[in-house]
Amino acid sequence: MSGSPDAVIRIEQLYKEYLTDAGPVPVLKDVSVTVEPGEFVAVMGPSGSGKSTFMNILGCLDVATSGRYVLNGRDVGMLGSDELAHLRNQVIGFVFQGFNLLPRANLEDNVGLPLIYRGVARSERLDHAREMLAKVGLGAYNRSRPNQISGGQQQRVAIARALVNRPKLILADEPTGNLDTATSKEVMALFTELNERDGITIVLVTHESDIAANAHRLVRLTDGRVIYDGPIQHAAPEHLEATS
Amino acid sequence: MTAAMLAEAWVAMGANRLRTFLTMLGMVIGVGAVILMLAIGQGAQQQVEASIASMGSNLFIILSGSTTSGGLRMGGGAAPTLTLADAQAIGELPSVAAAAPSSPGTAQLVYGPNNWSTQIMGTTPSFLAVRDWKLAAGFPFTDSDIRSATRVALLGKTVVTNLFGDEDPVGKTLRIKNSPYMVLGVLAAKGQSLDGRDQDDTVIIPVTTAQRKLFGTRFVGTVRFIMVQADSADAMPAVERSINQLLRQRHRLREGADDDFSVRNLTALANTAAETAQVMSLMLGAIASVSLLVGGIGIMNIMLVSVTERTREIGIRMAIGARGKDILLQFLLEAIIISVIGCLIGVVLGVGGALTVNQLSGMTIVITPESIVMAFAVAAAVGIFFGWYPARKAAAMKPIDALRYQ
Ligand SMILES: Nc1ncnc2c1ncn2[C@@H]1O[C@H](COP(=O)(O)OP(=O)(O)OP(=O)(O)O)[C@@H](O)[C@H]1O
Ligand SMILES: [Mg+2]
Repeated sequence: MSGSPDAVIRIEQLYKEYLTDAGPVPVLKDVSVTVEPGEFVAVMGPSGSGKSTFMNILGCLDVATSGRYVLNGRDVGMLGSDELAHLRNQVIGFVFQGFNLLPRANLEDNVGLPLIYRGVARSERLDHAREMLAKVGLGAYNRSRPNQISGGQQQRVAIARALVNRPKLILADEPTGNLDTATSKEVMALFTELNERDGITIVLVTHESDIAANAHRLVRLTDGRVIYDGPIQHAAPEHLEATS
Repeated sequence: MTAAMLAEAWVAMGANRLRTFLTMLGMVIGVGAVILMLAIGQGAQQQVEASIASMGSNLFIILSGSTTSGGLRMGGGAAPTLTLADAQAIGELPSVAAAAPSSPGTAQLVYGPNNWSTQIMGTTPSFLAVRDWKLAAGFPFTDSDIRSATRVALLGKTVVTNLFGDEDPVGKTLRIKNSPYMVLGVLAAKGQSLDGRDQDDTVIIPVTTAQRKLFGTRFVGTVRFIMVQADSADAMPAVERSINQLLRQRHRLREGADDDFSVRNLTALANTAAETAQVMSLMLGAIASVSLLVGGIGIMNIMLVSVTERTREIGIRMAIGARGKDILLQFLLEAIIISVIGCLIGVVLGVGGALTVNQLSGMTIVITPESIVMAFAVAAAVGIFFGWYPARKAAAMKPIDALRYQ
């Protein structure tokens, strides 16, 4: 599958191996995936199948051993670390399983953080941050600290932070992994809204089939290989099996 | 951008106040020590320079007796061999500006109900020229006072204060060893000499009066020492040679016989003292700088700990778009803020300490704007230098490694 020229993500024959004391360990083997603008993709697979590794490479946090990765029309392999930082800042919004908020900063400072690296002035930064906090339903908590709110709220703050630079792509690695079912639903509703209303492309890793059900497309990884890539409705039941 | 970074550095520093304070303390002590030591060192130097300036320039002192005489080391001026005539002859040598024979002694002064014991210097009017000593009031005595050995006196400031208080001494009569002396004038204040004596605690009278009427002398016409001023610094070696030649001739010393006098170049001695003071001042500064260095190492140590502790934070920042140089700047700014604030407090404490030393011991202190500016520059440099390595380390992390760090 080649995809259209304005694909958000185009990955071709990607290999990744980790160098360990016991020698190189291949983790991703010949992965080729293309994601078009506006898609909502769920990535599933058993633990250790390479989902996080895949997401880190998508997010330009890590580099592949070989293969080609074109993000938003730019060949990531050709870019220096400053340009990669720029891409992470402008094109991608990250949502991690562990929220990864700065514990000492209040919510509006946390959400405004990506804007610092764009050189946005403080007052404007705070305006944007408050707007995003309001969008994720936390407008009343601007000055709270991360440890003063619940896990679900923290994850929504993380989403607000991912949104503040108006990214094309949101990468979420098990965003509901630390949340109970009810809060998971709230967070997923937010992702769905971002995808449907704002047209943001989303790639989301999950172990749970009902979380994956929010997406339109499923990529199933097993042992570093893509064993299914297609509409989620057509996926075989074993591809949607909860893994953990 | 930098404003945001400054605010962030501030928050980070506030997060661990005790640690930030202790790190800063290293800088505070370092800078404080440098400022204090420079103030004391430069103060000492300035005092020495003032003493030298008050001494007069291009000076020799000729003492009676050789430094070694017949194998025995004699105290300078022990055997009285110099005479008034010697002084006069030296005064006529080429390149000699003036020569002043001097017969010092100690005596009790009385004025009204007050009395004061001080050094009395019997000398000629040239003494004032040689020592470059001005009068604050009145007139000097003259050669005719020398000829007639009149009882007249010039008083130093300290003597005036102790005997006369606020009264104007000029024209008054005081008693030295029970004889009346008329005060002709008051000497301008000179302050401390190089060896720490109060130069204003003195009375100057005609040398002949001292010899004949005040102290008496076993050898009529001899003086303890002669002070000589050369025309210029360049002329000093030649003048020293011609004094030696002249005195050997006048004292009829045979070829090979020891000198019965010794000529000392006071200006050279003074310059040595000045150099010593300067070296002292530098040494003090250098020793204090070591504590600044230690403070810098403290900053580096804490910054390294801080980078390790905040590895995950670094990872988060990188994930949301921080470039290496943003991280570098953040940690560098933190180090610089710590050192500059430490420096600020150090300057305040150093200046306060120097003023306290001055109050308590009366030691001269000199605080120049240069030393403060320098302290700031050094502190900033220390912050950059010792902050660089930890900041570099933080900036060089791979985003994924920093994020995964537990
Ligand atoms: N830094 C690393 N060094 C060496 N091996 C690694 C490293 N990171 C991951 N691996 C290995 O790579 C494989 C894939 O790991 P990855 O974290 O991508 O799995 P995952 O699919 O995200 O699993 P999970 O569902 O448990 O999160 C695992 O076998 C893991 O041990
Ligand atoms: Mg994972």
